[in-house]
Amino acid sequence: MLLRDFARLTGASLVAHRLRSFLTMLGIAVGITAVVLLTSIGEGVHRFVLDEFTQFGTNLIAINPGRVTTHGGSMGVFGTERPLTIADAEALKRLPGVLGVVPVVQGNAEVDAGNRSRRATVYGAGAQWPQTFNMQVRSGRFLPQDDPTAPRALAVLGSRMRTELFAGRNPLGQRISVGGSRYRVIGVMESKGTVLGFDLDDTVYIPAARGLELFNRDSLFEIDVLYDDDAVLEKVVAAIKNVLTARHGREDYTLTTQQQMLDVLGSVLNVLTFAVAAIGGISLLVGAIGIATIMTIAVNERVGEIGLIRALGARRGQVLGLFLAEATVLAAIGGLCGLALGVGLATLLEVAVPALPVHTPWIYVGLAEGLAACIGLLAGVLPARRAAGLNPVEALRAE
Amino acid sequence: MIDLQHIHRDFQVGDQIVHALDDVTLSVKAGDYVSTMGPSGSGKSTLLNLIGLLDRATRGRYRLNDEDVTTLSDAEQAETRNRRIGFVFQAFHLVPRLTARENVELPLILAGLPPEQRQGRVAASLEALQLSDRAHHKPDQLSGGQRQRVAIARATVTEPAVLLADEPTGNLDQKSGRDVIDVLESLNARGITLIVVTHDPELGERARRRVLMRDGRIESDMVR
Ligand SMILES: Nc1ncnc2c1ncn2[C@@H]1O[C@H](COP(=O)(O)OP(=O)(O)O)[C@@H](O)[C@H]1O
Ligand SMILES: [Mg+2]
Repeated sequence: MLLRDFARLTGASLVAHRLRSFLTMLGIAVGITAVVLLTSIGEGVHRFVLDEFTQFGTNLIAINPGRVTTHGGSMGVFGTERPLTIADAEALKRLPGVLGVVPVVQGNAEVDAGNRSRRATVYGAGAQWPQTFNMQVRSGRFLPQDDPTAPRALAVLGSRMRTELFAGRNPLGQRISVGGSRYRVIGVMESKGTVLGFDLDDTVYIPAARGLELFNRDSLFEIDVLYDDDAVLEKVVAAIKNVLTARHGREDYTLTTQQQMLDVLGSVLNVLTFAVAAIGGISLLVGAIGIATIMTIAVNERVGEIGLIRALGARRGQVLGLFLAEATVLAAIGGLCGLALGVGLATLLEVAVPALPVHTPWIYVGLAEGLAACIGLLAGVLPARRAAGLNPVEALRAE
Repeated sequence: MIDLQHIHRDFQVGDQIVHALDDVTLSVKAGDYVSTMGPSGSGKSTLLNLIGLLDRATRGRYRLNDEDVTTLSDAEQAETRNRRIGFVFQAFHLVPRLTARENVELPLILAGLPPEQRQGRVAASLEALQLSDRAHHKPDQLSGGQRQRVAIARATVTEPAVLLADEPTGNLDQKSGRDVIDVLESLNARGITLIVVTHDPELGERARRRVLMRDGRIESDMVR
């Protein structure tokens, strides 16, 4: 039988029962809509979270004091580990493949400028902060490369801090007081917005050594290392461990690569997307049952017809093919409607609720359509096999 | 052309065996006109189905066109049905959602013939049965006689050697029935081998050869 005749006969039977075909397709369409919509939201959230995490760059390594074996930050308060120092950070700067090293100490302090005052997050940081964290200076410059142990009392403001303290005035060269000590403002950062709920603009940057003094600590919170794209991560990690272990006498610090974080995060988010797709899959299953039901009814209704076409010379395989094709076409068309509906709703959602991250990956769309066709095929197998297995004589007598 | 030797066809019904055909031997020459009569359940349809390769003998040998077709595979049977045999049934068996033309086209479609080669043959077949003006009608828009004529057009569009009609007039009024028999006889006159099962003695009498069946056996076999 020619393919186009095959298609025409299949089409004719589907059209003959328009309403029934439509309702059956609807079942699959709803399922595919759910799959597409839910994976779009899942993927949107996935991307959103990853974007949040990677906006500081992906080639980062964080070193925290204290030994912690799980991923994530260390509180650095257990045991008798040696403090992580500015000298440690300086020592790492000379390693091959390392582009930036930033000692970080962080805390809250009162910041005053003239008659205005504000409590803010204060970072004790190094000169390489902007390049390491992929942040820009809007005006002036960032903290200079001073003598790390005795830096000058200079400060850089986050953009929000600048507006709060100086309103319309030019802050460059102005005096402020941070936790009671006097600093001169030399720069203002470009706005970075909030990351995972944390306002990165409501901040003041001062040299790390002064930060340690301000917060009365002897250990840094963290040292962040930016490495070259071309460098081999394992080699950089090994070199850092070498230096720090030599300096500390043992491995009393924790090293976390951004890559590890992203891998863990990525797999968690993948599970999320997958779980959400599986929920959509349940409604697809319901659609499949609908197809199996309708095809069973169709075979029962057309027993005489099956006997007839067998008498006219149809082989069992042709009968099987005709019914399988009907089920598959039902599902595939239903799937296409579902895709259109799903993508449409996802786009609508993106426009209507911009806060909700939505992203429709086209590979999933293709997979969903393939899935729909496969489901139709599978749902059609049992009824089609029954049709093909009918004895033609008995089938002809059934009418 | 049709040669049945000691054909048995048994059916298992529960734990009983029904001998639908019980040692039937029958030869039909090409171009012959055979009527088969007999009481209900005597095995007429079973015989026709067997000749038409819709069924298989339990025992015995069947030669069609000097070729042993007793043990053809399913696919081979299907192909032989398509090429050599035409069926006409009491219940017409038209596909309700297809037009008269499309119904007639079915055997050619199943054979995989391209549309260009189908068109002429379908048109000729419809023309021969005076159905040209009904070509685009669905079965439910046709009378009983017209439906059976569509079925005959479908059975003959492949130009088979044998036409098997199982009570073709059973669902028709007398006049339409007469028309249908006329059509079948004119096809026979042009060379097709015709075997008709009928209940109507008057129709049965018209055949050159009359086979009477009873309890799965041939009771009498008369040639006029
Ligand atoms: N598929 C079948 N299963 C069981 N018995 C059958 C089957 N087909 C026919 N028979 C039996 O075989 C006998 C002959 O049937 P059939 O050929 O249809 O008779 P006729 O056409 O002469 O009325 C009957 O007794 C019938 O019940
Ligand atoms: Mg019968």
